[in-house]
Amino acid sequence: MIAQQIQTAAYLFASILFILSLGSLSSQESAKRGVFYGIVGMIIAIIATVLGDGVQGHTYIITAIAIASVIGVLLARRVEMTSMPQLVAILHSFVGLAAVLVGFGSYLDPKTHSLAPTEHSIHLVEVFIGVFIGALTFTGSIIAWGKLEGKVRSKPLLYPGRHLVNISLVLISIVLGVMFSMAEGTDGLIYLYIMTAISCFIGVMLVMAIGGADMPVVVSMLNSYSGWAASAAGFMLGNDLLIVTGALVGSSGAILSIIMCEAMNRSFFSVIFGGFGNAPAASGDVKAMEGEVTSITHEETATLLKEAKSLVIVPGYGMAVAKAQYPIHEMVQVLRKAGKKVRFAIHPVAGRLPGHMNVLLAEANVPYDIVLEMDEINEDLPDTDVVMVIGANDVVNPGAQDDPSSPIYGMPVIEAWKAEKVIVMKRSMSVGYAGVENPLFYKPNTDMLYGDAKESVEKILGFLRPKV
Amino acid sequence: MKVGIPAEIFPEELRVAATPKTVKRLQKQGFEVYIQRNAGVKAKYSDKEFEEAGAKIVGTAAEIYGQSDIVLKVKEPAANEIEMMREGLVLLSYLWPAQNQALLQKLADKKVNAVAMDAIPRISRAQKMDVLSSMANIAGYRSVIEGSFHFGRFLNGQITAAGKVEPAKVLVIGAGVAGLAAIGAANSLGAVVRAFDTRKEVAEQIESMGAQFLTVELEEDGATSSGYSKEMSKEFIAAEMALFKAQAEEVDIIITTAQIPGKPAPKLILDYHVAAMKPGSVIVDLAASSGGNCVLTKPGEVYTTDNGVTIIGKLSQLPTQASQLYGNNLCHLLDDMGKADKFKIDMEDAVVSRAMVTYNGKINWPPQPLPVSSAPKTAAQVKAEAPKPTEEELGKKQSRSMVIRLAVIGLFLWMLGQFAPGEFMQHFTVFVLAVFIGWQLIWNVSHSLHTPLMAVTNAISGIIIVGGLLQTNSDFSSPMTILAFIAILVASINIVGGFVVTHRMLKMFKK
Repeated sequence: MIAQQIQTAAYLFASILFILSLGSLSSQESAKRGVFYGIVGMIIAIIATVLGDGVQGHTYIITAIAIASVIGVLLARRVEMTSMPQLVAILHSFVGLAAVLVGFGSYLDPKTHSLAPTEHSIHLVEVFIGVFIGALTFTGSIIAWGKLEGKVRSKPLLYPGRHLVNISLVLISIVLGVMFSMAEGTDGLIYLYIMTAISCFIGVMLVMAIGGADMPVVVSMLNSYSGWAASAAGFMLGNDLLIVTGALVGSSGAILSIIMCEAMNRSFFSVIFGGFGNAPAASGDVKAMEGEVTSITHEETATLLKEAKSLVIVPGYGMAVAKAQYPIHEMVQVLRKAGKKVRFAIHPVAGRLPGHMNVLLAEANVPYDIVLEMDEINEDLPDTDVVMVIGANDVVNPGAQDDPSSPIYGMPVIEAWKAEKVIVMKRSMSVGYAGVENPLFYKPNTDMLYGDAKESVEKILGFLRPKV
Repeated sequence: MKVGIPAEIFPEELRVAATPKTVKRLQKQGFEVYIQRNAGVKAKYSDKEFEEAGAKIVGTAAEIYGQSDIVLKVKEPAANEIEMMREGLVLLSYLWPAQNQALLQKLADKKVNAVAMDAIPRISRAQKMDVLSSMANIAGYRSVIEGSFHFGRFLNGQITAAGKVEPAKVLVIGAGVAGLAAIGAANSLGAVVRAFDTRKEVAEQIESMGAQFLTVELEEDGATSSGYSKEMSKEFIAAEMALFKAQAEEVDIIITTAQIPGKPAPKLILDYHVAAMKPGSVIVDLAASSGGNCVLTKPGEVYTTDNGVTIIGKLSQLPTQASQLYGNNLCHLLDDMGKADKFKIDMEDAVVSRAMVTYNGKINWPPQPLPVSSAPKTAAQVKAEAPKPTEEELGKKQSRSMVIRLAVIGLFLWMLGQFAPGEFMQHFTVFVLAVFIGWQLIWNVSHSLHTPLMAVTNAISGIIIVGGLLQTNSDFSSPMTILAFIAILVASINIVGGFVVTHRMLKMFKK
């Protein structure tokens, strides 16, 4: 048993450590410390809670944590870096589920029924909101996971009047909330059940309506929700540590969503409420493409690379799918040894998760100082000899700049076409996630190299190795 | 909708506003295409080809102007052509609105909605309709070919059994589209190419095309916000003239492309420059139509001066190629205006509103300025775009909205304070402050670390475990404990999984 004050002090310490943990992520050097801070903070928080007043059933607690640790470690060890988005999404659903359970638990807790009337109703409102956000996060994350994993169709599911349905569901929930907070004792449980079901349904529909290309936004948005759910749990339990941590996570997720939306030049609300991803493919108003698509062989590509002085690689989701990051790194090493300037250009929304490409390249040991952001590299592209686009499509679409009828018009893109020569590695001529034709492929200085990205890079490597 | 293409009546005009290829495109856009008999002959397109492409051949210009909804033309219309036009006709043609006020008046009187293809603003979106660029490209290429034809030697250097040949030296003045095309063409023929431009920003483009950038040692930049160059100061011109003098003595071919929109071309090559040139040298003056950059240029003529310098004041238009490109430009514009079924003159559109020089009987010229040059940095552009609200007004407006916002927040908090119990207010304080900290903190996170950030926040959001911990009790059969047990379980998976995977990721980031 430790005194209340000590526990509060420990919570404060844990909060500081969490803040430091997030703060450390401002640079790669300090980032590793960030994880350490986070772990220490978490351990302190758990121990302080367990030792605190009124916690019983230590055996259960230890059992639960032990089982979970094994599962957690296995999950985290096993996961491929390419399926990172899925893992993050499914972990979000756990937080949502926990928030729901804590909410129900708190409602059933006999202690809370002895509260003064005002406090009691505030508590009930907190429970209600906490469960609502939690349930939404839970099902939303599961659908997001399904979409990323390919188990759920990535095409947005849109039906007429869905906004109306969603709004009326929210209104019904509010009515239920009022009835719930008026109910005596635990009589309100039935309202809580109905609301949970409604909230689960909203979570499903919300994410179903969002197209695959917008997944980075959804995942970060769900990240934000999971934070707010934790915060709400903090309010209902009167626990400041939960409130602080939840708020940190919540605002972090919100900022990430905003950054992603800016990178795609979309309004946050239009992504959240769905509706993107259907229009372009259906409209048929797509500009006729001019010029011819020319292809190139692996050997010719290798020759081009040998002649080039500067090379920029633009990776995309295709690289992740083909797991091509290793041979790419090898190719980069060979080329850099030959004295060529090789850099990577990363679009903020490349991949299915914020920073997805950076993680994959880091996995393959690509030094991060040659991995640049779109804004940093765009100026240099006109002076670049060869740009290799590996499995990226929409992020190098010139239509975003010069074709106002394009659904991605106005989205900042990597200006690959300004380079002397562009090689696009692609499986086929199919359109990207946004469903938009890419005029880049038709430009005279663009050649297509068809095939699986990994195999292609390996073949090119074969031609490069002996002579360079 | 009917699109009509008349034959060009001006004898020197060889181009035509449509080719069999563009006729096909127009039909794809939903237009019916009518073309006057023999319209394409001078550009080497026969009526048969047009017919095969699906166009209907019409006997007279009067039918074209009287019955079409849209007329595509190359050269600005003559008075008798305007006579034939019907009211409400949409005319797409070169018009040179700055020099042709009287012509605009006539078109306006006739209620013809005329688009000056030469007045398409130079913005990225409109590049595909920019006829000045597409025609300048041809002119630049052709200037080298014709210059070389009148020049008595190879352009490239050779060492042959018959002796050594020095490469020819070509000077290109003005690095616009034409200049750059000329540089490219001359360079690929093997000449040593130098280029001069008053705009410093084009140095890079010149070098990228393979020429050496010549400049005068004076701090003055000729770039303007319109993307064209402006007229320069006296000192600058003096230095420029000296440079040209030195170059004239050395180079074999001079290609001048300097034009200032709406004004006579600047005189850059003076008589003493020509006198300094070697016999056999060539000057190609691409600005001949607006008076010429060389004082000795005779527009429309090719002749040799007394000291043996050939001055070319007229270029073939490569009518076949030019018609094709011009026709494509027109197709792009029609595409932008909604094709046949949604055809609309949108005076809100940045491109159409500026190129539509007469509309509904009124003259719409000169257009709103539209800054496009990338070189004069943003500050100037921002000012140009929003000059109206002064900074003071803006400040006032901002402070007003700030006061309102603060008042709303204050009111909200006061209401909250009225009803909520003290404990809640304390928690709320903590919550709001934490949101602020989070907000400040996360903006600093490096972009490349967003995935680790997400994994870490994910692990940290497992803090919800505390909620579960507080709810367990030793009675495992109570529903509360079961719920808490599951909550602890899933939250722990989250914590452990999140941290482990973050650690794994960060280990990979290395310099």
